[in-house]
Amino acid sequence: MFELSTAPIEIEPRRRALMREDAGGYCAFEGWVRNHHLGKEVVELTYEAYAPLALKQGRTVLDEARKHYDILDTAAVHRIGDLRPGELAVWVGVCAAHRDAAFEACRAIIDDIKATVPIWKHECYADGSKVWVDPADCGCAKNQRSHSHA
Amino acid sequence: MKQVTILYFGLLREAAGCTEETVETDAASVQALFLERAGVHGIDIADVQLKFARNEVFCSPDEPVSNGDTIACMPPMAGG
Repeated sequence: MFELSTAPIEIEPRRRALMREDAGGYCAFEGWVRNHHLGKEVVELTYEAYAPLALKQGRTVLDEARKHYDILDTAAVHRIGDLRPGELAVWVGVCAAHRDAAFEACRAIIDDIKATVPIWKHECYADGSKVWVDPADCGCAKNQRSHSHA
Repeated sequence: MKQVTILYFGLLREAAGCTEETVETDAASVQALFLERAGVHGIDIADVQLKFARNEVFCSPDEPVSNGDTIACMPPMAGG
């Protein structure tokens, strides 16, 4: 399941929902709001989404991971609205019989969410300036791995 | 003339000065439609790689526009 949440993300119920007896492990990624970006101090940011398409595309990302990796289940949630440094912005969970697939799928899912789900980040800095973040400006896009199904 | 609704997000929303608008157009493609509206709103984002969706489905810039469509104009995604 892929969700958008205006409320703080609760991890434990989502982790519990992935627990099953045929799984040998679970891998999760938590994306946190960082207090700096390109040398500037971030004091607040806002995530905006095109919700109907974001939900649809998020589900597609998870479905693709289920098809391409030997995993048992996966779920993800992304915050929208106003967040402050230290808050949880995105969570991805994957359970699998063996850890390799769980790690690989988790990495692929967060990369694909960042690259393809219509969500935008508006950062507010300590100097009063504000910027819509473009991943191409900070090398974030380059850090993403290429996937066999990309 | 076709009547279409256009949605703007992120920096495009700020540049257009509105979240959405419904307009009459003869534009043949979603990109042509965007360029038409960019001219009206004075949007200058030549170096930004845009993505488009037609009726909540991602589409190419060349996608034809039909009467009643909802076209989303989206700057580069930046979630996570």
